[in-house]
Amino acid sequence: METYKIAVDNQERKKRAGLLASVIVVLPSLLLLYHYLSGLVDYLTFNLFMLQPESHLGQAINFFIYDTIKILILLFLISSLMGVVNAYFPVERLRVYLTTKKLFGLEYFFASFFGAVTPFCSCSSIPLFIGFVQGGIPLGVTFSYLITSPLVNEVAVAMFLGMFGVKSTLIYAGSGILLGMIGGYILGKLKLDSYLSDWVKEIQQNSTNENAKWENEKTPFIDRLPAIIADGWGIVQKVLLYVIIGIAIGAAMHGYVPEDFFTEFLSADKWYAVPAAVILAVPMYANAAGIVPVIQVFVAKGVPLGTAIAFMMAVVGLSLPEATLLKKVMKWKLIGIFFGTVTVFIILLGYLFNLFL
Amino acid sequence: MDIKVLGTGCTKCKKLEELTREVVAEMGIEANIEKEEDIYKIMQYGVMRTPGLVVDGKVVLTGRLPKTKELKELLTQ
Repeated sequence: METYKIAVDNQERKKRAGLLASVIVVLPSLLLLYHYLSGLVDYLTFNLFMLQPESHLGQAINFFIYDTIKILILLFLISSLMGVVNAYFPVERLRVYLTTKKLFGLEYFFASFFGAVTPFCSCSSIPLFIGFVQGGIPLGVTFSYLITSPLVNEVAVAMFLGMFGVKSTLIYAGSGILLGMIGGYILGKLKLDSYLSDWVKEIQQNSTNENAKWENEKTPFIDRLPAIIADGWGIVQKVLLYVIIGIAIGAAMHGYVPEDFFTEFLSADKWYAVPAAVILAVPMYANAAGIVPVIQVFVAKGVPLGTAIAFMMAVVGLSLPEATLLKKVMKWKLIGIFFGTVTVFIILLGYLFNLFL
Repeated sequence: MDIKVLGTGCTKCKKLEELTREVVAEMGIEANIEKEEDIYKIMQYGVMRTPGLVVDGKVVLTGRLPKTKELKELLTQ
């Protein structure tokens, strides 16, 4: 029996070593590929496919292949990275942290920040909401999480990095987190607890942080790594089609939409541009993967980045399917106030960006 | 053995239920498997990320779909 156990241990150890080795090989190769991608795609399209670099078609195909591969690499790396963060700091642990520590206002930051790094799935927003309320976390802090979670997520960040670069991505993620903090704080100050659904109110009244213990997962981290990477890859597969469609539409628009088409309506000097873009976006339900390449064309054609970011935030952050889900835990009035507040803040952010960027 | 799969109906939750049924049948465990979809009851287990797996009243897994091998280990502990 002992020898059997040792044999199993050895096997486990070998597997772990193999896993570690493959991570050490794959990660740098992906980074290298990312670094030399532009040259590689040039070679592929202009030498192997023999397309003319000056031609419209050659440019469009080059652009399409380059952008698609670049974004898929980014998406895979960022999803896996967020998976690692979540393995170390799951939301259950955040709840314990928020309920047991005195944070003097920083709780809004933590809630909003974790909303950004946790992978967003609209089906988990309700359990999270109740879980927070159950633990006695104030409604405002819960809203901070709820606002940022769809707004800043792995797909949005990867798409922004790929299409707009590091600076714009930091602005987008930073302002998303800030929006969650401020929005949550104000919603908290409005004392809206009476507009929760009755059964949620009941939970809130009986809230305790007594069951606020967080059980550390027993499986060692290295053994969970394959599942984390598989999840990261799963996210890539899930949005692959949207990425391709989004980039294809973007590539087509680049060539065929006249330069002054958007600027006519959405330029910075038109005061109504930002609210118009935001209000137009709220009923639109698209994911970040499909919408960012299109927004990139808007910006390339002269729409100010602030208007574009506001539009993007409204599309991903405020969706009607989410509103119907929230109906389970809050009354329509509260959903209205919640969406209204976030909409107003997105509009303000858009104006701010247009002033300063 | 009393097994509950917690989930409001997302794809991962359905997959976990299927996988659990497969594994239980394969290992020949005598178990009563139930899918818990009522959000109110799910919350009483303190689970915030679905899917969740409860074995004999104890939460053993939340927020992800385990590999078959891991699930077998969870069910034999």
